[in-house]
Amino acid sequence: MTVLTTPDRPDRPAVLADTRTMLGRGVRRLLRYPSLTIMLVGIPVVFLLLFVYVLGGTLGAGLVPGGGRSDYLAYVVPGFLLLTVASSGQGTAIGVAMDMTEGIIARFRTMAIHQPSVLSGHAFGAVIQNFAALLVVLGVALALGYRPDAGPLGWLGAVGLLLLVVLAVTWLSMALGLGAKSVETASNAPMVLMLLPFLGSGFVPTESMPTVLRWFAEYQPFTPIMETLRALLTGGVPGAADAGLAIGWCVLVIGYGYLRSRRLYTRSR
Amino acid sequence: MERQTAIAVAGLRRAYGEHEVLAGIDLTVPRGTVYALLGPNGAGKTTVVHILSTLLRPDAGDVRVLGHDVVAEAGAVRAAIGVTGQVSAVDGLLTGTENMRLMAALHHLDRTEGAERCADLLARLDLTEAADRPATTYSGGMRRRLDLAMTLVGDPQVIFLDEPTTGLDPRSRRALWAIIRELVARGVTILLTTQYLEEADQLADRIGVLDGGRIVAEGTADELKRRVPGGHVRIRVATADDLARAGAVFPTATADPDTLALDVPGGGDVTALRAVLDRADAAGLAIADLTLHTPDLDDVFLALTGQEVPA
Repeated sequence: MTVLTTPDRPDRPAVLADTRTMLGRGVRRLLRYPSLTIMLVGIPVVFLLLFVYVLGGTLGAGLVPGGGRSDYLAYVVPGFLLLTVASSGQGTAIGVAMDMTEGIIARFRTMAIHQPSVLSGHAFGAVIQNFAALLVVLGVALALGYRPDAGPLGWLGAVGLLLLVVLAVTWLSMALGLGAKSVETASNAPMVLMLLPFLGSGFVPTESMPTVLRWFAEYQPFTPIMETLRALLTGGVPGAADAGLAIGWCVLVIGYGYLRSRRLYTRSR
Repeated sequence: MERQTAIAVAGLRRAYGEHEVLAGIDLTVPRGTVYALLGPNGAGKTTVVHILSTLLRPDAGDVRVLGHDVVAEAGAVRAAIGVTGQVSAVDGLLTGTENMRLMAALHHLDRTEGAERCADLLARLDLTEAADRPATTYSGGMRRRLDLAMTLVGDPQVIFLDEPTTGLDPRSRRALWAIIRELVARGVTILLTTQYLEEADQLADRIGVLDGGRIVAEGTADELKRRVPGGHVRIRVATADDLARAGAVFPTATADPDTLALDVPGGGDVTALRAVLDRADAAGLAIADLTLHTPDLDDVFLALTGQEVPA
């Protein structure tokens, strides 16, 4: 619309340098505002403890005949890893919406810098925040007795897949945060993302759900992601269809989130 | 001519939906000078700054900064300008030094050179002591100074200051004026907007009075003052009787019985003063007190915009 884009393309070193500078800014902001990160890590940890200790015994018995708490733990950890990523989206949306209210964004726009690096800085910061949270959740799961059977290749695949999911959730949340009218509404939009892992195969097998819900669960993006992640972590080989769908969804959402975010960022206010 | 002109605006129009904010603006600012856009709230001052600093696209008109078109050559314009807007453009979560280093990095200064310039500017703007505190802990005046310091990191040739001293105490305001004068002395071109007539009077080489999206008057402070009547000699007398006699001596004057004062029109300079004294002497009128009143920009503002002077 009334946007100005920089017609002269900055050279590659400038793009890299500006992105690195903005990444530094993103990480600094995370460190200065740790309560958000702590909240984002805390929620999945509390839920993990609740699910495993309060519900785990019964759910484990329903999962496999004669099963118990440890069987449920083995089943549910991938779900919690994804829940961690999904809930971090809220932090990304809040962070970017908060940033947009700061006058410094207007300053960045009047400077001869690689403009999208402002957003890339946020995205890289979010990736670091996500992986820190994932490590904490995984650490708690290990302390509870979770023992994944994945080999080096399986771990590599799992980390790669998680990175894709993190990027997808991050860019989508960024678009939601940029499009929000205020910081408050920015924190609401990605909440739906937090529900999605529950409405899939993350916490109970989809076969146990009522028809309509099951239909939704089987087709929503988190289910193939979850199945692929679970297969990788248990040392198995993920189904080609699930893996393809998982990667496809991620790439699609990353593309949409990135383009939408760029558009919203350059829009005049 | 291009070399001498820093900012050239011709036929600038901009509307927000139905509402036309700028209805055809022309202005030229030579290099190394200060131009003040003076106007009441909502006159379009900020919109002009936003367009000149590439934040907004003009609907019509030719807008150039150092010869570069603000739309087609936005990148070249951005490389040459510095902007300090109304909303302070600092990162509140970062410290003063970190904010400055961020600017140095984005201008691709090398590490030592950047660090030196940052420390230098922080010292010049009296922020050295607060440099390692997060900007959220700064007072309004400190934030504004940090804001300006950040603008100066890139050594801009043209600086836009949108109401730079609004909300500052008189001391901070004077400190900022000193910095602005120093910049101009080094050849920087400055366009500033202000609601303060005194500020325009103090700083600007030329003043444009913006009202309702148009420049309703333009010139030096003196030229503008000459355009409005309002110069007078104010005499005060001791008693109400004297005031009545004075009214007879100066039939065109307006009397204020409460303060026993009389404003004699006909200019506020020495010639007018001599004439008033001669007539008072001839009539044997005793004058208790006397002041000269030259029209100031307040009068200009009032006369040109038809509005009350903002406090």
